Amino acid sequence: QKVSVRVLDHLEQLALVDFRDSEGVERLQKAIQFADQLHEVNTDGVEPMDSVLEDRCLYLREDDVTEGNCTKDLLENAREKVEEYFVAPPGNIPLPKLEERDTFLQGS
Amino acid sequence: AALKGRLRSQVSAALKEGRITPTELCQRCLALIKSTKFLNAYITVAEETALKQAEESEQRYKRGQPLGILDGIPIAVKDNFNTAGIETTCASNMLKGYISPYNATVVQKLLDQGAVLLGKTNLDEFAMGSGSTDGIFGPVRNPWSYSKQYKEKSVPKSHSEDEESNWVITGGSSGGSAAAVSSFTCFAALGSDTGGSTRNPAAHCGVVGLKPTYGLISRHGLIPLVNSMDVPGILTRCVDDAAVLLGSLAGHDPKDSTTIQDDFKPFELPNLTDFSKLSIGIPKEYHAPGLSSEILALWSKAADLFKNAGAKVVEVSLPHTRYSIVCYHVLCTAEVASNMARFDGLEYGHRSDKKESTESMYAATRREGFNDVVRGRILSGNYFLLKQNYAKYFVKAQKVRRLIANDFVKVFRSGVDILLTPTTLSDAAPYTEFIQEDNRTRSAQDDILTQAANMAGLPAINVPTALSERGLPVGLQFIGRSFQEKQLLTVAKWFEKQVQFPMIQLEEVKRHDNGVFQHQKSASFS
Repeated sequence: QKVSVRVLDHLEQLALVDFRDSEGVERLQKAIQFADQLHEVNTDGVEPMDSVLEDRCLYLREDDVTEGNCTKDLLENAREKVEEYFVAPPGNIPLPKLEERDTFLQGS
Repeated sequence: AALKGRLRSQVSAALKEGRITPTELCQRCLALIKSTKFLNAYITVAEETALKQAEESEQRYKRGQPLGILDGIPIAVKDNFNTAGIETTCASNMLKGYISPYNATVVQKLLDQGAVLLGKTNLDEFAMGSGSTDGIFGPVRNPWSYSKQYKEKSVPKSHSEDEESNWVITGGSSGGSAAAVSSFTCFAALGSDTGGSTRNPAAHCGVVGLKPTYGLISRHGLIPLVNSMDVPGILTRCVDDAAVLLGSLAGHDPKDSTTIQDDFKPFELPNLTDFSKLSIGIPKEYHAPGLSSEILALWSKAADLFKNAGAKVVEVSLPHTRYSIVCYHVLCTAEVASNMARFDGLEYGHRSDKKESTESMYAATRREGFNDVVRGRILSGNYFLLKQNYAKYFVKAQKVRRLIANDFVKVFRSGVDILLTPTTLSDAAPYTEFIQEDNRTRSAQDDILTQAANMAGLPAINVPTALSERGLPVGLQFIGRSFQEKQLLTVAKWFEKQVQFPMIQLEEVKRHDNGVFQHQKSASFS
């Protein structure tokens, strides 16, 4: 079963990376095929495992401020900033639809 | 042979007695790094800061107050660990030029012990790969490619041609760290291990590669790949040195809530004498398709070694072994999809010039910053996490993970103490051959013997065992019970002593290193 262009488009929007070319799409197809082998295994009655440390309690510390005041250090690595703000282009603008986007999927 | 000494028994003593100074040690390592530049093991060499650290260490030794065994010892760190003031790139365009404001906990611990940080080592981009060939700074070359042992065995086409086209890979993804240790440019290096990334290059480069139990060593500051499997890895030239490193790194870190809170006491390794209570398990599924006959023979010989010493050696079964790669594939891509989401260009790293909208800027930044391997995994991961696929793939993989982990629990519960397996299917491949297959195929092939230990969170170590017919290193792997590193390393140390793995004979090293202590010539295991 090939992945539909609609799903591929959806993935590009979710992941915010693009398939770039047919090789990228092929790669996904192969990855899915590979993963399908999982279904050979009988997992009836088996609980999913999140962590190998599931039998232990997570460490929780007191809710006290012990460090901070590192605004300057943190802003050092940002390319665009104004005073103490990271600057982003306007939000709330969805990615253009498939037909208008510069993506390989357009040709499919 | 100052560069070839063992930490606890030789180098530390030499430093204390003033037979060599930290500055001299540092300078020799830096010079060797320069003359082995063709290996491409280092991305960044922090010459100035290293010499400064060495100077400070020297002052402490003069006052008779060294901080410990690691004081003044040159080490290298894989470039996916944050190092304050030193560029951390993960061999990716996404982080090129990124100067971290903090040290990863493991880096800080080493510095607090007086270790001298020589530089950051090369890797596959974001630690995704098994060859250390897929980073933006190019592939790492295995030092053994230039060894007398390898050159003697290879058939040269023409003198100039053979070195250029014949060189073999280091394995990965911590190839730079393995190469750095193997070529004597540092005494120890940090790697990371998610599917075998420390043990695989250790095997190919003939060094000790330790993957500690998940939860023993802090991951704070290690740029994450798979949060539930990643661990910092330790690469050294002998098992005892690995124990020294482990001693200074292990323990609870309040900044990493996945580190266990049990008290950790650093230990020295005893000599193994009583084998009557030792049970070694040989998992039959690790006789995987494609395992070279050479390695199979070495594995068998190793088992006999333990048997003859009086240990109980039994065949065991880990029935779900063959699904660990598929399981890893799904869990890894899913966690990667999540972990790579932080790279959007806003707070650090590469940022695209696109300004139309936040989303288009993110998309362009990620398009420009990530290589095909990374993007491929992000897209696959997102596919497996789609609502319609989540239970079918992600949760299913989590269930299979439990089955894999349970296989180990059953075997250890049946009385087996340590598992003995090969680390890799064969010796290191020539680069030209390795790149014929794509990254995912290679990773699937190469991780097969190492991945399950990450699934189950168990400690595992590669011990260099013998040279292959091509004159390249081959290692064997020991897997232990959770948090039983002392037992694991004790057995590994005994084995190391039995096999007497030969020292690499590199021209460059000979030139830079002359008599502070003797090193033994020894017969080899094969």
